[in-house]
Amino acid sequence: MADREERRFAEVSRESVRLMAEGAGVELGDDVAALLAEDVCYRLREATQSSSQFMRHAKRRKLTVEDFNRALRWSNVEAICGYGAQDALPFRSVKEGELFFVEDRDVNLVELALATNIPKGCAETMVRVNVSYLDGKGNLEPQGTVPTAVQSLSDDLLKYYQQITRAILGEDPHLMKVALLDLQSNSKIAALLPYFVYVISGVKSVSHDLEQLNRLMHMVKSLVQNPYLYLGSYVRSLVSSVMYCILEPLAASINPLNDHWTLRDYAALLLSHIFWTHGDLVSGLYHQILLSLQKVLSDPVRPLCSHYGAVVGLHALGWKAVERVLFPHLPAYWANLQAVLDDYSVSNAQVKADGHKVYGAILVAVERLLKMKALSLSQSAEGQSGAHPGSVVGAVSYRVNSPGLSPPPEPLSEAALGIASHLQVGGAGCHWEEWTPVPLPAMYCELYSFFGDSLAVRFSTGTGFGTHSPCTPSQLGDSRKEPPGPASNLDTTRKMPQLTANLNISPRQDGSPRTDPPPPTTRGAPRSAGLSREVFPKARFTSPQTTPPAFSFLIGGRQMGQRCQGRRPFQTMFATTPPVSAIPPRTYAHKLPVIGRVGKPVRRWTCSHYSLHLPL
Amino acid sequence: MIALTGKNQSYVLVLYGLCFPLIHVAHAQFILKMAAVQGGMGDADIKTDIKTEPSADGFGNNNANDGRVLSASPGSSSSTGSNKQTAAVTPEDQQTLLAVLQFLKKNKLSESVEILRREAGLPENSLDPKANESAGAGSGGAAGIVDLEGGDASSLLSRVTGSSSAGAQAPTKGTFICGGKKDQPDVSVVLSAYSQQGDPTLYKVYYRDLKKFIETVLDCHRAELSQVFYPLFVHMYLELVYNNHESEAKAFFEKFSGDQECYYEEDLRILSGLTKKEHMRGNETLLDFRTSKFVLRISRDSYQLLKRHLQERQNNQIWNIIQEHLYIDIFDGMPRSKSQIDAMSGSLAGEAKREANKTKVYYGLLKEPEIELPLDDEDEEAENEEGKPKKKKPKKDSVGSKSKKQDPNAPSQNRIPLPELKDSDKLDKIMYMKEATKRIRLGPDNLPSVCFYTFLNAYQGLTAVDLTDDSSLIAGGFADSTVRVWSVTPKKLRKVKSAADLNLIDKESDDVLERIMDEKTASESKIMYGHSGPVYGISFSPDRNYLLSSSEDGTVRLWSLLTFTCLVAYKGHNYPVWDTQFSPYGYYFVSGGHDRVARLWATDHYQPLRIFSGHLADITCTRFHPNSNYVATGSSDRTIRLWDVLSGNCVRIFTGHKGPIHSLAFSPNGKFLASGATDGRVLLWDIGHGLMVGELKGHTDTIYSLRFSRDGEILASGSMDNTVRLWDAMKAFDDLETDDFTAATGHIHLQDNSQELLLGTYTTKSTPVIHLHFTRRNLLLAAGAFNP
Repeated sequence: MADREERRFAEVSRESVRLMAEGAGVELGDDVAALLAEDVCYRLREATQSSSQFMRHAKRRKLTVEDFNRALRWSNVEAICGYGAQDALPFRSVKEGELFFVEDRDVNLVELALATNIPKGCAETMVRVNVSYLDGKGNLEPQGTVPTAVQSLSDDLLKYYQQITRAILGEDPHLMKVALLDLQSNSKIAALLPYFVYVISGVKSVSHDLEQLNRLMHMVKSLVQNPYLYLGSYVRSLVSSVMYCILEPLAASINPLNDHWTLRDYAALLLSHIFWTHGDLVSGLYHQILLSLQKVLSDPVRPLCSHYGAVVGLHALGWKAVERVLFPHLPAYWANLQAVLDDYSVSNAQVKADGHKVYGAILVAVERLLKMKALSLSQSAEGQSGAHPGSVVGAVSYRVNSPGLSPPPEPLSEAALGIASHLQVGGAGCHWEEWTPVPLPAMYCELYSFFGDSLAVRFSTGTGFGTHSPCTPSQLGDSRKEPPGPASNLDTTRKMPQLTANLNISPRQDGSPRTDPPPPTTRGAPRSAGLSREVFPKARFTSPQTTPPAFSFLIGGRQMGQRCQGRRPFQTMFATTPPVSAIPPRTYAHKLPVIGRVGKPVRRWTCSHYSLHLPL
Repeated sequence: MIALTGKNQSYVLVLYGLCFPLIHVAHAQFILKMAAVQGGMGDADIKTDIKTEPSADGFGNNNANDGRVLSASPGSSSSTGSNKQTAAVTPEDQQTLLAVLQFLKKNKLSESVEILRREAGLPENSLDPKANESAGAGSGGAAGIVDLEGGDASSLLSRVTGSSSAGAQAPTKGTFICGGKKDQPDVSVVLSAYSQQGDPTLYKVYYRDLKKFIETVLDCHRAELSQVFYPLFVHMYLELVYNNHESEAKAFFEKFSGDQECYYEEDLRILSGLTKKEHMRGNETLLDFRTSKFVLRISRDSYQLLKRHLQERQNNQIWNIIQEHLYIDIFDGMPRSKSQIDAMSGSLAGEAKREANKTKVYYGLLKEPEIELPLDDEDEEAENEEGKPKKKKPKKDSVGSKSKKQDPNAPSQNRIPLPELKDSDKLDKIMYMKEATKRIRLGPDNLPSVCFYTFLNAYQGLTAVDLTDDSSLIAGGFADSTVRVWSVTPKKLRKVKSAADLNLIDKESDDVLERIMDEKTASESKIMYGHSGPVYGISFSPDRNYLLSSSEDGTVRLWSLLTFTCLVAYKGHNYPVWDTQFSPYGYYFVSGGHDRVARLWATDHYQPLRIFSGHLADITCTRFHPNSNYVATGSSDRTIRLWDVLSGNCVRIFTGHKGPIHSLAFSPNGKFLASGATDGRVLLWDIGHGLMVGELKGHTDTIYSLRFSRDGEILASGSMDNTVRLWDAMKAFDDLETDDFTAATGHIHLQDNSQELLLGTYTTKSTPVIHLHFTRRNLLLAAGAFNP
């Protein structure tokens, strides 16, 4: 009741009445004006009242000018002339003079009359039928933008939900940022999680709209980062939405101007993030993801952008995933890609451009694979050789051990191991059950046969641990933890993929320094004849055709964070190291050169007799 | 009276001189009844009248009805009854009569004066003759209201109330009461309602005094007596306003409006805007309030308590209002609980009186004509046609055998004349039965599939939708005055060939019906132009040959679906016609609109056969009972009325909705009625007992469509809130029968089991659901326009 009393009717002041009377040339007394004003108000209310009836019968929610005119007409009052508008006409105010008016722009009749683009008429009214619910079950695509169950939420939550979704999907970038931040830190939104997940699952319906997809992905990120949210089984749903963005040939990809690559990169990062932080919540998730990525990769019918997605996805999942899935597939896939890249016809230009994208992604992925594998070998060797105190090494070297994304804190890291073990165990019918690790040199040889020198060039040590270590810790909102213990088994050497704040996937600077095996002359020979792909600009720095004794390293590791947006290559010539092809991995790992920037030596390596200290 | 029906533009003033044993003899009540008998349909004079004088139509209805189509009608007993009353003018009424005459004269209704005088048998000189100009275009009723502001007429005729009081006070005339009379706001010319009474400053004291009293009575009486608050409040407020105590009125409103039930909020808002006597004139809501007695149901004990209190306190002010503006329906027995009262209250004029729902209603279904089914489904249609009557043996089919038994509650087969079945109708019946055998049995575990017909690009505004019974055609009424018809099946819509071409056809050929169609005109949809305002109601004829549409322009149009042209424009409403519907047997149709009356028409008559008058506000929706003998109307006055097509009487009044009613549906067995309103609730009614039997809560916005499944197990409701909800109608009605049915008292006790009854909620893509339809096989079809 109280609010009823508060709700005052709009009133026309007596001053307005007097003004209008003056406009009509009538002088009004104060009392007359007051009376008139009151009456006018009443009549207006009355007319509004009856106009609402027309609205109700027209089954609308919005009262239109037409409704009001009808009410006037039926009460024998002259209707307001002019045309009604479908949309509300906003009143604008003029600051000086307290004047409110409806904006009414001048129409240039000449321009209008001579316009050549004659607007098409409205589309024809038609009736379309769709089966909405079969047997009373909503077993078709759920309909409606807002799940009805939202209505059962408390008003506050509902409002929050609406505001947030509106802000994130709306036009205002600032609002979006605020909303995302809140989503990331709000501790009271657990009840809304299903609805947000539902909204995110709407990616499928906006695949034409990169902007919206991006926003939804950001939403995923915020949810994932919210420390108060227990995602539970919703992880699966989130992952499938993210996977959609990674893998699907989005409608937006049709237009080459759309930068869907970035979206895929970002989604892949998200995937790895979700996986590493929440992967324990759903068992078998890792396995499933690998399977689906593999499926896409092995499907030649898929467009290149899907393949690209699969590669960056694998890359994001860590080098083991690359080793397990991408590497065995590479020979088969290479042939296809080669064909695309070798076609120089104009009509093929677009495809070729996409092909280069895929090529680049593969290159980045395998590079890291090599690096990480080498590192793991060296570490396992290190573990065997006895514990290194690591005190000297300190945080920096541990960061080397697990650059980028830190492994999740204790329980999660446990789980992460569990997931890794999924990989080991393998799922039924998956081909990597019989997978046997390819020894590093063999792997390198094979990869070299594909990539030739570009691999050699790109396979680098990163920009030096010292250089970028200052910026790594802050990459994620997560608290950075030390990796669990010194590397005592193979698993701990698994590298966390790096999540960068910007949208690019880059090879991590996690590369454990190592020497290249000599380019296998036998297998590399047919491929080295200029067929190697030089996708990235730094290919310029490629030293011509390295010969076995001389190794050329390009420090192509991407610096992270805001400090560096592009690749900043460093090229260093190294002294010859003995050929390593015959050396077993462990010893081979010894020979890994370590590149440290001046003043920031990577001390673990310096202390380790396995590593080579190569003063620059 | 009957003789007068032929007269054009004549106003028959009938005076019901009824004197009440009231405390103030000076406030003797009488009923002033203007009966505008329409001479011509499109008559300009009448046009302005009908709106303000719904009673006139109600009256004229009974006169006009007799003997045309419904020859079986027992005639207009009510009207003749009323005529007799007028003759018996008691001497005490002489005075009042004179007052009326004086007033009429003052308002230059000379013709009416003449007639009244003649009918009342008053000598000419009883009035002093004055201006004798013709009434002119300004109609009697309207003019009467408008001209009334001076004090003398009002003070002279200080008490005019609705004829409902008359009906209530004359219970001997049973049929009369149920006739159009009792519930109508008969006195359309409300001369004045409130004369100067008492000290305005004391109103607050009076009201507060009563409030205090009611708050201190025993709990069991408090809820009942609290019902008095709202009508008292309104009437006291209006009295204050009427007597120009503006500031007192405002203060009174501020102080006590907060005590009123929340469902009166709408009315209170209107009331709060009204602070000037001049404003009262044109305000329809107030007119309704003053002309009809607010009906309260109170147990005898509670009533005695109240009466004793008021008499002890010498609180004449309130007592007068109770006497004059309230009708208290006293019953013996336990006082009702708050929830019981709340369930039934909310309408503009209080609850329905108990005796209003006592008339027997023949809600049973008519016996289906016996049509033999073809032996097996594989039989070709052509074969049926040829050898139908002889070859086939009587079917053991359940449908056939069931129809043999006469329902004891059914009206006699020829209670109202129904059109003969044509051959094509019989064919359709056969088709229907065939389909019915394939019907899916619905239930809580077996919900129907839902198909949604979305109207795309309906920028002009979709306002009404209908589907044919066999779901082959869909029609839409639009705000741009067009009516569009689509074929839902692959069969295209075709026009009949032109007359010249038709001549060339071999009329003896078997496929003559096919040959008359013009292939060149085949298209998926057809647009029909003719209305000059939004089309608010639309209805297919059962034989799919016609389409009805009702529009804001005051007409109902009949369209042919063979030529896609307009055949007839039925004029009579003169104000927006909100809804129309064909009878399930065709031929008749009903319409209702802003003029507060519903009309029953036959397609071949340009004038209505019946006029159902009694609602206090717009009639928003109209539905035929499955046996075609009754018509239900829902209204903005928040009541539902059931009208007997035969007599034109109102036989049921259902109150309980808290907002305008926008949808109605009869259950297929004819026993129940469902209604949906702007308050988002569906109420279920037992027609036979005249009781509310269920309340379904769940929707959050106006319910625009309701439909029972073909077997009545499921009730589907579609709403503005973009959902379709399914309700377990079977259970809702079953629970009721096991319940001890207190039909005698009429006091329902509803359990809140909406959640158990709700079987499913289906959302659309921002498309309000404005029509629902079950196909013959129980597939649910919904329709609405996509509103991006």
